[in-house]
Amino acid sequence: MNALHQTKNPPLIALQGMTKVYGAGQAAMHALRGIDLRINEGEFLAVMGPSGSGKSTCMNILGCLDTPTAGTYKFKGIEVGKLTRNQRTRLRRFYLGFVFQGYNLLSRTSALENVELPLIYRGVSARLRRARALEALERVGLKEWKSHTPSELSGGQQQRVAIARSIVTDPAVLFADEPTGNLDTARSHEIMDLLTGLNRDQRITIVMVTHEPDMAAYAKRTVRFLDGLVESDEQNGRPR
Amino acid sequence: MLWNTIMLALREIKRNVMRSVLTMLGIVIGVGAVITMVTIGGGATAQVKEQIASMGSNLLMVTPGKRLGPGQSSDTVLFKTSDGEAIFREVSSIAAVAPVSSKSLQAVFGNQNWSTTVTGSDNQYFRVTNRSIRTGRQFSDSELRAGAAVCIAGETVGKKLFGGQDPLGEKIRLEKLSCQVIGILEAKGQSTMGMDQDDIVVIPLRTFQRRISGNQDVAMFQVSVHQGASTEKAQRDIRLLMRERRHLSPSDDDNFNVMDMKEIATMLTSTTQLLTALLSAVAAVSLLVGGIGIMNIMLVSITERTREIGVRLAIGALEREVLMQFLVEAVVLSSLGGLIGIVLALTASVWLSGILRVPFVFNAGIVVIAFLFSAAVGVLFGYFPALKAARLDPIEALRHE
Repeated sequence: MNALHQTKNPPLIALQGMTKVYGAGQAAMHALRGIDLRINEGEFLAVMGPSGSGKSTCMNILGCLDTPTAGTYKFKGIEVGKLTRNQRTRLRRFYLGFVFQGYNLLSRTSALENVELPLIYRGVSARLRRARALEALERVGLKEWKSHTPSELSGGQQQRVAIARSIVTDPAVLFADEPTGNLDTARSHEIMDLLTGLNRDQRITIVMVTHEPDMAAYAKRTVRFLDGLVESDEQNGRPR
Repeated sequence: MLWNTIMLALREIKRNVMRSVLTMLGIVIGVGAVITMVTIGGGATAQVKEQIASMGSNLLMVTPGKRLGPGQSSDTVLFKTSDGEAIFREVSSIAAVAPVSSKSLQAVFGNQNWSTTVTGSDNQYFRVTNRSIRTGRQFSDSELRAGAAVCIAGETVGKKLFGGQDPLGEKIRLEKLSCQVIGILEAKGQSTMGMDQDDIVVIPLRTFQRRISGNQDVAMFQVSVHQGASTEKAQRDIRLLMRERRHLSPSDDDNFNVMDMKEIATMLTSTTQLLTALLSAVAAVSLLVGGIGIMNIMLVSITERTREIGVRLAIGALEREVLMQFLVEAVVLSSLGGLIGIVLALTASVWLSGILRVPFVFNAGIVVIAFLFSAAVGVLFGYFPALKAARLDPIEALRHE
């Protein structure tokens, strides 16, 4: 069934021979040494691996935040490497959402305005923007905190605002780079429940980088990186 | 979209009040200082020029002795009234000659007394020194001939001695001389050297000679040359005439001096201009310091801003949208700061020119230059770091330390 599904539609994300080299010559550092990876719509994927294994680099390339040295990346069948910088930006604008380890909210800016931000660049009218941002805040359970600035919110709340900001645009894929890295266990599980719910109820594809097995356990599929290569790829605990 | 960007930029400015205010402060101070200094300097120069014009650039002064001022040698031969008459008669380009002898003394009226300068001269004096009589009249010929006890007072003397009272017809005492006030001079204000030109009492020369100095000498002549005639030629003619009258042999030096006011005037003007240039240099430094202030604020916040740019790029802002926002922000801040600076500077200039008693001369050129300079600094340091950040891959901007 799964195999049939894959042949009918192109995968949402397809990486082939993805390589990323930092620096040049003697000092060259190979972060990715040829990654092949396919991700289908609706998946909840955890990317694991030790520090320096290339998992974050890979996710940044998937999120079009970084450019690869070599290899092809197809998003919905479109070759991202052939897109211009502005086209990649539009890809992010309309299809991708991001949650970072350090939240990356705008300081001195209310939760509501932070969540509204992606909609501004989509050209959504002020009224609709506000309504959708409120709705997103409600989904992460922070509607009452809409006028608070990041410095007035706890880490867990800030991360939930960041999640609200990433889902307010109804993205096709949500990239989360160690979303629980700065949070305690209880807060971490709250965030994971939230992400699981988004994946289940709204069919948002989630790619999450983490080094915590507890968190990875929420995902249906776990890909392990080691030294810039895929070490293992398991679906619900079984190798694919 | 542009409207959107402008609103976004305005919101950012409001959000970062402290940073915005500090940035503007640099511009406000820079623009304010330069405009104030140059305006005041320009006012002072204009005042000097105006005074020179009122003094008459066609004025010559004939003084005894080899050079002006103290240290005149003992062989100084003083002038007589006839010397002035001879100059007026013999030198064709001369419009008027006024003999001038002065002495500082107390003028007394009732229980008021005031220390002033008493000048003995004739009606030519008013013509040569560009003065006119506001109320009353000039000396009559018979008063001049007879050395009558009459005087014409300057405005300051009139005010100090008489207060609000009408001085015409009243008698004031100058040492042993009691004289009747027959006229009040039109106010002339301060001279370039800061002297009150209205602190003066004019009496007929003969009266001065008889009742105050006690001799027949004339201290100096003020000579006005016909409009359009060459002052150099008049100077030369007077010199030749005086040498002849004093029977000086070709080997003798002049024992008198003929000075051109134009020379003095040029010197004074260039002094004021030098002062203005100095003030402007100081102001330019403050503009520069203001610029460095702006730069610092912008650079301090660049880490935060680079990350902000990273966030905006990551969530789908185009490079040009981010840049437009920062450009609008920089332009709005700089212009606002510049405008505040201009308003402050003009207010300060009007106020200062009142205190310093110089005319307020609006200099549009410097307003524009100062405004453009600080706007350029603001835009430069607000926009170009943003340009650098917006060209990064979003992840690099996000990782910026």
